[in-house]
Amino acid sequence: MIEIKNLHKSYRTGTNALHVLKGIDFSVKEGELVAIMGSSGSGKSTLLNILGMLDEADEGSYTLDDVPIKNLNEKIAAKYRNKFLGFIFQSFNLINYKTALDNVALPLYYQGIGKKERTERAYAYLEKVGLAQWATHLPNELSGGQKQRVAIARALASEPKVLLADEPTGALDTKTSYEVMNLIQEINDEGKTILIVTHEEDIAQMTKRIVHLKDGVIIDDKPVKQVRALAHV
Amino acid sequence: MFTRDKWEEIIESLSANWVRTILTALGVVWGIFILVILLAAGTGLENGIKKGFGGLATNTMFMWAQNTSKPYKGMPKGRFYNFKIEDVAALKTEIEGLKYVSPRNQLGGFGGNNNVVRGLKTGAFNVYGDYPEIIRQQPMDITSGRFLNYNDIDQKRKVAVIGQTVKTTLFDKDEKALGDYIKINGVNFQVIGTFAKKGNGGQNAEEAQKEIYVPFSAFSQAFNRANNVDWMVITADNKNSITDLKTQVFDIIKQRHTIDPSDDRAVGNFDLYKEFKKIQGLFLALNIIAFGVGILVLLSGVIGISNIMLIVVKERTKEIGIRRALGATPWTIRSQILLESVFLTIISGMVGIVFATGVLMLANFMLDNMASADIMFANPTVNIGVIAIALLILVVSGILAGLIPAQNAIKVKPVDALRTE
Repeated sequence: MIEIKNLHKSYRTGTNALHVLKGIDFSVKEGELVAIMGSSGSGKSTLLNILGMLDEADEGSYTLDDVPIKNLNEKIAAKYRNKFLGFIFQSFNLINYKTALDNVALPLYYQGIGKKERTERAYAYLEKVGLAQWATHLPNELSGGQKQRVAIARALASEPKVLLADEPTGALDTKTSYEVMNLIQEINDEGKTILIVTHEEDIAQMTKRIVHLKDGVIIDDKPVKQVRALAHV
Repeated sequence: MFTRDKWEEIIESLSANWVRTILTALGVVWGIFILVILLAAGTGLENGIKKGFGGLATNTMFMWAQNTSKPYKGMPKGRFYNFKIEDVAALKTEIEGLKYVSPRNQLGGFGGNNNVVRGLKTGAFNVYGDYPEIIRQQPMDITSGRFLNYNDIDQKRKVAVIGQTVKTTLFDKDEKALGDYIKINGVNFQVIGTFAKKGNGGQNAEEAQKEIYVPFSAFSQAFNRANNVDWMVITADNKNSITDLKTQVFDIIKQRHTIDPSDDRAVGNFDLYKEFKKIQGLFLALNIIAFGVGILVLLSGVIGISNIMLIVVKERTKEIGIRRALGATPWTIRSQILLESVFLTIISGMVGIVFATGVLMLANFMLDNMASADIMFANPTVNIGVIAIALLILVVSGILAGLIPAQNAIKVKPVDALRTE
């Protein structure tokens, strides 16, 4: 599903160049649930941004679902993001003047899907994350856990190949974190490929494979025995 | 580009912050309001002054004989001469482009003695010997009966068309004037019509009702004017201006009365068209100023919109980042910002136009109720063409106002936009 080879990325701040990713080789197969771990500055967010086509690599190749991702202009990148990827952010990133339903429908809007079908599909995904009765509420009327579930519904709405989650539980308390992880595990059980960036060991243990990043290189990549979140809720 | 979804997005994001949207719109509302009001005020002033001319044929001059100021062909200077009725025919045949040449004789005048009698009632009125064309040059409303015609001239009928004040002075309230007789300087004339007139060209409205029109031929005969003409009212046709033709008129007059061609003082004249042109020039200048000031005020409103859109884009950087992460192309973002800007400009512009039109309606209503002919202000309006131009300016300025913010909105990389808190 995801295939990256010899990925390099450096940031230029003034006269200094900061070499963040120093040759990453990494692949993810369909249906995997992978945690990318590392301390801050290890390059894990940068890696996720490149995977998410929000940022470009300096060097190396990246193939997503057999499509080489290179020389993207913004228009194509936007199209690919919409088609291939669903994003889940630490700070939820819901649009605060849109209702939960409209937030979920937004990726479908950019796919050019008509309003009726859009609303139906968005509603179905809200139901899936258990928030159907909150459809007409604005994000600021929802709790943190609910917001993240709306964000997950939104990420799923465009039926992407891969879900990319950047610290999805970073802003949540432990109980809510586990609820969200439970949802993510359920989605993974249905066969969706999911990548999670986290620095929380317990969250990482709930995935199927942990990749450790340090100073821009992968130092460890091993499968783990998945801890089901449901047991902790 | 103009799908219902897009409009919903635009309205949603504009209504997300009502107070700011309205405050921003206020700048443009005010600008277009000022523009429309200024232009309408210009038109109102123009209409008012034109009303002051009372529908006078403006391509007109008045001409009278004066003493010569130069000796010529054995004649001394200071000699007085009279226009003759034959001059009229000569002018008409020799000069192309004259529409009306009306010779006039006059009796009485402002503050003159009582010269008109009916039974026990008397009054002092201006009595004119005129040709029927004069009604095209100095319009009046015939309130009963008719005006002079060529049968009256040819048959030298002693008939008179009298003004409103003449009627009320000489007749009792419910007496019929038509068919009755009045005595002008001892000669009986039959009343065939009454008229009402607006004041014009500085003549006051009341004085204008104290006039009596009789056929030129009957006037000359009754009051022993022979073939003399006191003065003439000459109107050029629409293709010519009287200002251009008047030297020709003077040349013919001078030639026919043996006057030195270089004697500029022998023929007195008042060129109404020249005065009218001056006033028109003034209005043009006024309109240009009104437009200039209006556009500049509008511009400051548009700059306001541009400013706010910049702030909006800045505030929504993160939202734009989210939208782009979800698959919005740069063009989607750009067109949304542009459309928001244009939409806001046009809506507020229309509100301004409606508001200004309301004020104008009120002003018109009040002016109508005052019903005073002395106010140099009438019917302030703007024509639909000006409104169309104003709307076009709004669209263009809306696009301009949105351009920089829209470009700013897509300049930020999605990853940076998402990082903004």
